[in-house]
Order: sequence, then structure tokens, then C-alpha cells
Amino acid sequence: MITFKDVSLVYPNGTQGLKHVNVTIDEGEFVVIVGLSGAGKSTFIRSINRMVTPTYGELYVDGENVIQLQGKELRKLRTKVGMIFQNYNLVNRSSVMKNTISGRLGHTGTLRSILNLYSKKDRALAYENLKRVNIEEYVYQRADQLSGGQQQRVSIARVLTQEPKIILADEPVASLDPPTSHQVMKYLKKINQEDHITTIVNLHFIDMAMEYADRIIGMRDGEIVFDGPASEVTEKTFEEIYNRPIREHDLRGSE
Amino acid sequence: MENNGSLPPKPERLKQKRIRNLVIAVILLVIYIWAFSGVIRAMDWSMLQKLDENIRQVLPKLFSPDLTEWRKVFDKILETIFIAYAGTLIAAILAVPFGFWAAKNMVKSPVWNTMGKWFLILDRTFPELILAIIFVISVGPGAFAGVLTIGLTAFGMLGKLYAEVIESIDMKVVEAMEANGANKIQILFYGIMPQVLPEFLSFALYRFEIDIRASTILGLVGAGGIGTLILITAQNRNWPQLGFIIISIVVVVIAIDYISGKLRKRLV
Amino acid sequence: MQSTQHHISIYPRGMKMRVTLTLVMVALFYFFSLHKTESDFIEFFSNLDVVFMKLLSMFPPNWDYIPHAIGPLIETIQIAIVATTFSVIICIPLSLLSANTIVKNQYVYYFFRNLLNLMRTIPDILLATLFVSLFGVGILPGILALTVFSLGILAKLLSETIETIDPRQLEAIQSTGGNLLQVIWYGVVPQVLPQFISYGLYVFELNVRASLVLGFVGAGGIGSIIDTQLNFLQYKNVMAILILLLAAVIFIETVSNFLRRRVV
Repeated sequence: MITFKDVSLVYPNGTQGLKHVNVTIDEGEFVVIVGLSGAGKSTFIRSINRMVTPTYGELYVDGENVIQLQGKELRKLRTKVGMIFQNYNLVNRSSVMKNTISGRLGHTGTLRSILNLYSKKDRALAYENLKRVNIEEYVYQRADQLSGGQQQRVSIARVLTQEPKIILADEPVASLDPPTSHQVMKYLKKINQEDHITTIVNLHFIDMAMEYADRIIGMRDGEIVFDGPASEVTEKTFEEIYNRPIREHDLRGSE
Repeated sequence: MENNGSLPPKPERLKQKRIRNLVIAVILLVIYIWAFSGVIRAMDWSMLQKLDENIRQVLPKLFSPDLTEWRKVFDKILETIFIAYAGTLIAAILAVPFGFWAAKNMVKSPVWNTMGKWFLILDRTFPELILAIIFVISVGPGAFAGVLTIGLTAFGMLGKLYAEVIESIDMKVVEAMEANGANKIQILFYGIMPQVLPEFLSFALYRFEIDIRASTILGLVGAGGIGTLILITAQNRNWPQLGFIIISIVVVVIAIDYISGKLRKRLV
Repeated sequence: MQSTQHHISIYPRGMKMRVTLTLVMVALFYFFSLHKTESDFIEFFSNLDVVFMKLLSMFPPNWDYIPHAIGPLIETIQIAIVATTFSVIICIPLSLLSANTIVKNQYVYYFFRNLLNLMRTIPDILLATLFVSLFGVGILPGILALTVFSLGILAKLLSETIETIDPRQLEAIQSTGGNLLQVIWYGVVPQVLPQFISYGLYVFELNVRASLVLGFVGAGGIGSIIDTQLNFLQYKNVMAILILLLAAVIFIETVSNFLRRRVV
């Protein structure tokens, strides 16, 4: 469970990332955050695993206020919260397997991880996760030899290998073409349903949000301007969130 | 999660890769054992016992620089700068034709072009001190041997860098001029030189920075500059003066690096 | 208009003046330098036959001297290997500390940056002299001098490479809960390893060349026998040593270049 209690964030350069955000996300939900770029979507989800630090308020993840966390405690939080990035953020020159097993870093001692001494269980876990996203045939390929969609699937496998309670995805399909985008979203949705992992996805594509989300949160200028089940959302809702008419590039298109 | 999930298959070329890595490791190990055992055998361990005394004696003197002979030091430092300047400038001019010779897009015949490249590589293989010795023997000791040394070593590197600059120019400009009916010399001065000149100058300045440092060693073999003075001062165990020399050189090098860096930034 | 009467320049007037002035100054300082260094090229070219005769006094090289030079040459190479090893090891923490992708504290960052810059301003001959004055004559000061000399260059090159790595890859490792060492090992090392190996080999080449200087100030290696033979005016012996040395330098650089091309 994630609870934002009056959370604000001001960046050192004065930009206001979040303004008095109050919201609760329950376990197992599949939430899509929508909003234009610069609306604070990224700041919102990066606050949850403390890649950025809110400057005001309380933020509870799994019953613990995470804003003050530092060092070891912070790393423990991050092992519980997996993250998927727009640009996949795989270590290019490392193999798919090495990228996937790096999800275990938070659970593995420093020396063991440096010497590559992962337990049989961990290695099996990493491989099973690669199978789950159907990318196991590339297990020893270098990450930069894969296509974008394939790289994003590896990054999903990396997150799964972390065995997280929460998955955050920051614009996971923005760099992909429509068919691959749907594929990636389907994997995320399937994992959410099978493993009951709370999943929060940032998207700016309206049609994808409506198709995959259980619940949609709309943001504008660092504030939450809409929060409701996906079934209640229409194009008009989006026009309200975006504060302008819907345009073609707000839509990803079908497969 | 499925318990006892299957492990990934072993990579196909694992064995090959392991053998290769093992061979590399063994070669490295042999080289290291050879190098370290040789060094340890040649080491004079008794000097470590004197170290404590040396540090107590020498360090304080190094840090109380003696300025009485500042004129001599200054003269020699100036001579070092003159050697570096004259040598670099000769090299910077001489390297221009050779840069064109070694540039792929300027020379039609690949054999001829490769010869230019090789000539520059050949020049770069000569360490400064070897050239300095040869010049000292052939033109006699003095700063002139130093100038020739610096000129010749800087020339190889600048020629290579110039060639790379020329190879990266926009050939469309040249084509347009050819279409205008310009002759080769006109194309050179109006089409090519404006594109490459700032970078040529920038590299020449950069090389000047290197040559200031390089000129300090010339004196070891009698090719002028501060090197001889360093050698004599150290042999006479005149630590306060050595301290002064060190400070002066560091200051001069920093100042020249700074000015040259500023100029280079404005050029490019 | 009036301009028909004026001379029209293709370049702005101020620029033309500045360029001319700069050129004049460069040329003047050049002739002053030539004068000061007693560089007389006219005499040099008119007496080319004398120069050539003197050059010939080094030929034919005395090949019988080569066996005496093998031992010092091996020592030189060993010094270069050991010094390169030390500087490769020390440069790792040093370059991490002077890369702004790793160190966020501005004071720490600038302290180490400037330390590296200072290290690179000191010419190798001064380092060698300095260490000889502290340790006495022997190969230890030579090793130390080369270590410090190459450390400045290597750490600078490596820290610049670390500054250009993709920070998003580090971010991903951080987001899995990895600690600093794990982030470096999994995020930084794979990105910089090929360049690191290449720089290490490059610095080894530099060290082989620089180790020549050491012997002249009593810091070990082949320089000392060159110095002696020069002082005895045994130019044919000197030439034999120089050719041996050149062969060794070419061999080492060829191998090193081949390896560098393979890793990058």
C-alpha cells in the first residue's frame, strides 16, 4: 500500500514537481498516471522509490514513511520497489543474463555480487523471468544487440528478478512502436494479475491508459486533477486533464 | 514463483572463451612474475633505511627555496621556452604539407597516401631523447640541437593530427569551387584552409604545451634548456635551489597551459 | 554610392589588422627564439656536409656492445611494467573520485580534479630527480617517478571516460537497491572497461619511452649506460644502444596497438 499525505517536491532550481499530493494506492492495483510532459508524473513515481526526495509531507510505502530513509534503509526500500524506464536503462555492454541477475543486487552481498557468485536459486529465478517475457533465447547476447522491445522485456525480467511488491514504470512504451508498446503493456498487465504486484505506469497515450488501467490518475502542474476507475473515463475526462482538445499524437493506435 | 525453476543452458562458446581467458591470464601472470621478480632483485633495499634520514634532511630544504641564483634559473627556463616555441613553430609549418600528403581525401593515389602516413608514423616512433642524442652529436651541444629535436618530434604528431582534420572537412565546398573553375591553389586557400586553420592552430598550441614539458629533458644530453641545470643542482645536492627550480617550472607550465587553453577555446 | 571609390575588403578591417598583428608577433618571437637558441639554419644547411660527417661518426654501430645493453633494457621494461601496474591500480579510486557522475560533492570533485592537473604539470625529469633525492640512486625512485607521471595522465583519461558514461544505466542499478560498490561494478565497469584497458596499454607505451630519461638522473634503466657511453664519446656504442632501444619501442608499440584495436 502506498499513501501520499500532502506531499510536495520543489527541485533545487525552484521547479515545483509535486504540489500537495494526497492519494492512496492499494495492493495489487494497476494504476496509470496520465498527464502532459512536465505534469509531474515522473516525479510522482520516482518519489515512491526515492530516486527523488519530496521536500514536504509524508509518503508511506508498505507502512513506512520513506522520505527520511537513507543508506541501507533506502536500498532496502528500493529492493521492494522495481522500476522500468523509458530508455530501458540496460547496461549495454553486459549480457542479458547479467542485466537480469542485477535485479538480485539488493539481496546479495557485495563480495558475492562482484565475484558473480549467485545462488542456483537466483540464477534459476532470473532465467524463469526471462522465459516469462519470452526472451530466454537471447540469454547470453549483449543487451545492446537487442531491439527496443526486446530490451524493455529484459528490463521487465530484471524487475521481476528483484521480486518486488511494487513495480513502477516511467513511460515504458514512449520509445517503442505501437505493436511493441501493446506487447510490453500486456506483459505488465499479466504480471500484475498473476503475481498481484502493485503496478504504477506513467503514460501519455490516452487509448493505452484506457485499455490497460484499472484506475487512472490525471496530473497537471504537479497536482492530481483526476482520480477514478478506468471505466468512468472518457475522452472528455482527458480533455479536462490536459486542459486542451485531444490530438492525434495523444493516441498510440492499435496493434 | 515456480520452485526449482530450470537453470539457463550453458553458453555455447563457454569452453572456448574459458580457454582463451585462461591463456591470457597465464601470459599476464608470467609477464608480471618476470617484471616484479626482476625489479625486486634489482632493488637496493638498504636505501629504505636511509629514507627516514633523507626525508628529514632533504624535504625541509626543498621547501625553503633558494632564490639567490634566480637569474641563472630564469635564463634557463626562458631558453626552454624558446626551444619549445621555435621547435613547435617549425613543426607546425612543416607539418602542413605532410598533413595534406597523409590525408585520404587530398591524395588520389592510395599508395602515395599510405607512404605519407608511414613517414609520419616513422617519425613518431623516435623518442625525443634518441633524436636529441643524434642531433647533439651531429650539430654539437647547445639549444639548436634541442630546437631540431623538438621540431622533428612535434612534426610527426602534428602531421598526423592535421591529416585527420583535413580528412574530416566538408568536401562539398571543394566540389563547388571546382565547379566554379577555381584552380588547385585557389581551392586550397579559399576552400580548404578556412575550414582547417583554426584546428591546425589549436593543435599547434596543444603541442606547444607538451613541448614545454619535453624541452625540460633535453638538457640531460646537452641539448639545451633547464635539464642540465636540474642535473647539476641535484648532483651538488643543492636542495634549496632544486626546490626553487621545481616551483618555477610548475608555475611556468601552469601559466602556459592556462593561456594556451584560453586561446584554444577561442579558436574552435 | 561612395564605396566604388573605396577599396572593398572581403574581410572586416579590424579582423585583418588583428590577424596581421598576431602573425607579426608570432614571427618576431620566432626569430627572437631562433636568435636566443643560436639556431642558425643558414649555417646548418651550408655546413650540411660537416653535420653529415659527424653523423657518420656514429656508424657503423658497434654491434658487439649490444650484449651489455640487454640487461639495462630488460630493467627498463620491467620498471615500466611495474610502474604501469601501480598507476593502473591507484588510478581506479582516484578517477572515480574525480568524475562528476560518481562524486556529487563539489569540493571533493574539484580537489581531486586539481590534484590530477597538478600531477600532470610536473615533467618526468623533475619527478625522477625529486625521488632520487629522497631515495638515493636506484630503480625505486624510477618506479615511483613513472608511477606518478603516468597516474596523472591515466586518471585524467579514465575520469573523463567515467564522466561520459550513460547515467541512466547507473540509475537502473540504483533502483534495484544496489549499494555504491555494486553500482560501480555493474553500471560503471562494463561501460568503461574497454577504454580502461586501452588507456593502460597506452600509458605503458608512454612509460617505456619515459623510462629512458630515468637513467640519466640515476633512477635506473638503460639511460645510465647511454649517459656513460656518451661521456666517453663512444658514439658507435651509443648508436648500437639506440637501435636496440628503437627496436624494443617499435616491438612494444606494435603489440600494444594490436591489443588496443582488439579491445575497443
